[in-house]
Amino acid sequence: MSLLEVKDLKVRVEEREILHGLSLTVNPGEVHAIMGPNGSGKSTLSHVIAGKPGYEVTGGQILFRGEDLLEMEPNERAAKGVFLAFQYPVEIPGVTTWNFLHAALNAQRKARGEDEMSSPAFLKKVREVAKSLNVPQDMLKRGVNVGFSGGEKKRNEILQMALFEPAVCILDEMDSGLDIDALRIAADGVNALRSPERAMVVITHYQRLLNYIVPDYVHVMSKGRVVKSGGKELALELEESGYTQFEDAA
Amino acid sequence: MAAVQETVERVRRIDVDQYRYGFETLIESDKAPKGLSEDTVRFISAKKNEPAWMLEWRLEAYRRWLTMTEPTWARVDYPKIDYQDIYYYAAPKPKKTLSSIDEIDPEILKTYEKLGIPLREVAILEGVEPPPGGEPSANRKIAVDAVFDSVSVATTFQKELKAAGVIFMPISEAIREHPELVRKYLGSVVPTSDNFFATLNSAVFSDGSFVYVPPGVRCPMELSTYFRINERNTGQFERTLIIADKGSYVSYLEGCTAPQRDENQLHAAVVELVALDDAEIKYSTVQNWYPGNSEGKGGIYNFVTKRGDCRGKHSKISWTQVETGSAITWKYPSCILRGDNSSGEFYSIAISNGFQQVDSGTKMLHLGKNTSSRIISKGIAAGKSQNTYRGLVSAHRKATGARNYTACDSLLIGDKCGAHTVPYVEAKNSSATFEHEATTSKISEDVLFYCIQRGLSQEEAVGLVVNGFVKDVLQQLPMEFAVEAQKLISISLEGSVG
Ligand SMILES: Nc1ncnc2c1ncn2[C@@H]1O[C@H](COP(=O)(O)OP(=O)(O)OP(=O)(O)O)[C@@H](O)[C@H]1O
Ligand SMILES: [Mg+2]
Repeated sequence: MSLLEVKDLKVRVEEREILHGLSLTVNPGEVHAIMGPNGSGKSTLSHVIAGKPGYEVTGGQILFRGEDLLEMEPNERAAKGVFLAFQYPVEIPGVTTWNFLHAALNAQRKARGEDEMSSPAFLKKVREVAKSLNVPQDMLKRGVNVGFSGGEKKRNEILQMALFEPAVCILDEMDSGLDIDALRIAADGVNALRSPERAMVVITHYQRLLNYIVPDYVHVMSKGRVVKSGGKELALELEESGYTQFEDAA
Repeated sequence: MAAVQETVERVRRIDVDQYRYGFETLIESDKAPKGLSEDTVRFISAKKNEPAWMLEWRLEAYRRWLTMTEPTWARVDYPKIDYQDIYYYAAPKPKKTLSSIDEIDPEILKTYEKLGIPLREVAILEGVEPPPGGEPSANRKIAVDAVFDSVSVATTFQKELKAAGVIFMPISEAIREHPELVRKYLGSVVPTSDNFFATLNSAVFSDGSFVYVPPGVRCPMELSTYFRINERNTGQFERTLIIADKGSYVSYLEGCTAPQRDENQLHAAVVELVALDDAEIKYSTVQNWYPGNSEGKGGIYNFVTKRGDCRGKHSKISWTQVETGSAITWKYPSCILRGDNSSGEFYSIAISNGFQQVDSGTKMLHLGKNTSSRIISKGIAAGKSQNTYRGLVSAHRKATGARNYTACDSLLIGDKCGAHTVPYVEAKNSSATFEHEATTSKISEDVLFYCIQRGLSQEEAVGLVVNGFVKDVLQQLPMEFAVEAQKLISISLEGSVG
């Protein structure tokens, strides 16, 4: 069974159709890259998979391990293993990062019927994960993303992904705002999470990221549809010729 | 850490949209005849075996009150109160004279147990995590004075406090046992003529707590009074007087609840604090009077006058309040910064949901030289509620070097509520430096979604974001209260979104 199956998805935002029948099948162990020009609907797709309010699905379906994902509350999806690393992570003043992560992790565990993790056990775990991603410990004590640099915010997203160990990771432009070293560390973190059970959907504008996270498939999105799919060489091709060749296809 | 977890946890265990303190205790009570007259005042005074001077003091206030009119300047709206339709005194009928806590009516003991208030002298052993740098809470003691309707039913840890020289007793007892202290200080901060509600209180107050900390003494434990309105149609008019003599320190906590009733009940308290040279008083309140039901029916009218007088040099008074209950809140804990180099603080969290109306804030009156004050106010409005911060900062002509910092932040949840900020500033001295910052924001859908994507439910997400918003103020509360307050905040916002 596929892990994630998007079938002929049609989505409207404020009376305007943004996705016009998009399909995508992701199997366990696979890494998919989605590329496409600004405004083509990449973030919209990721938001709809995660269950963000404000989007109206007018057609098609999304299955997660064969179950109807669109019927589930967003926190239920999270507990089942859907993780979205946001293009623009938000700030939550007054709530320390490790507090937030502990509350979130336990909410997920509880929803899955697992025991909650005690403070000491959690602290140990989060420290290990932070260390492996080169995230400074004091970032955990600060308010969630408050005053973080763009790169730090992105690293915090990867940290959460490593901590929650989700089944499907959707990474929306995780490379934007990262310097070369940070990019390599973040990509290493993502690669470390690659496993035969887990799948990744990596949204990016730049082929450079795909040198670090080598995808199994590359999809080109334009105007709310997938207009071309191929292997990792498709990304190189795009780098050469740009998106114009696909504009007509859409 | 655990705090957030704790909040989330406890909220989960509690039914949505339930005021958990809304039960009623069935006991016999002794009431004054309904309505207000000189006779009512005499009745109360006689019940308390008061000396003649006290009765005179009350009668003078009562006569004064007859000439006054109810204030209308606050941003609150309520039907006219019929002052003749209220019982001004209700006391649980004692089975016999009490000589120890074990002889208290078991129904009342049970009530306080249900409320989580230890009337037996046990140290608080709850495993609350200390804040960074704070002392662990294990074995910390809290002395409690429990006020049930109009009378104090128990005061714990009397012996230990006595050994330290601290007087902590019901004010009705203090009037008889320490008349020299009461006469000297009662009404010296909030005069009998102060305002409509304070004057009413002066005439009919029935009980409350009295604290005196002698020179140089650091009170060995937190002092706490727990107010409970039980009787129907009964007003509660408690009076608290705290005096910190030279170089002393005391931290005092106050908590309040009432049963769920369809009619509105009046609560008009007066609290007076006096800090002499180098003394410090920390006064914390977690107010959770019944707020009324989801249609706006019932709830407590909370018209309270709280004022602290930094009478001595280098004295300090700090108010911290968490206001989650009451249908109407009209409350401005204030500081008179009379002594040179004295300082006042006001930390407030005011939450309104449903049809609640809150008009609260503070006054910082700078009279002495080099006085400083700090105001941190966090207002959270949800449902169809209205939440107003009203503050006055003034510097007297002689108050050279007066400093104030004010920050008022409001958070709106939903679009049917309102937040308002009404700051007044008067500087009659050119060397005064007053800073004021104010923000109003809506709880962000993006922030909520971010939390929910990580696995939290909508309500957990709101609780988390709001607790983050009020963190600066929560940190000012003694630890046991901080946990309680966090829990209350989440509960009072249940059902506010979505
Ligand atoms: N809430 C909204 N209201 C109106 N239009 C929206 C909203 N959200 C997205 N859109 C529109 O939908 C289209 C797709 O946006 P989306 O953010 O999914 O693009 P994207 O492919 O992620 O672009 P980028 O590469 O710039 O991140 C854009 O035209 C955008 O303006
Ligand atoms: Mg995008």
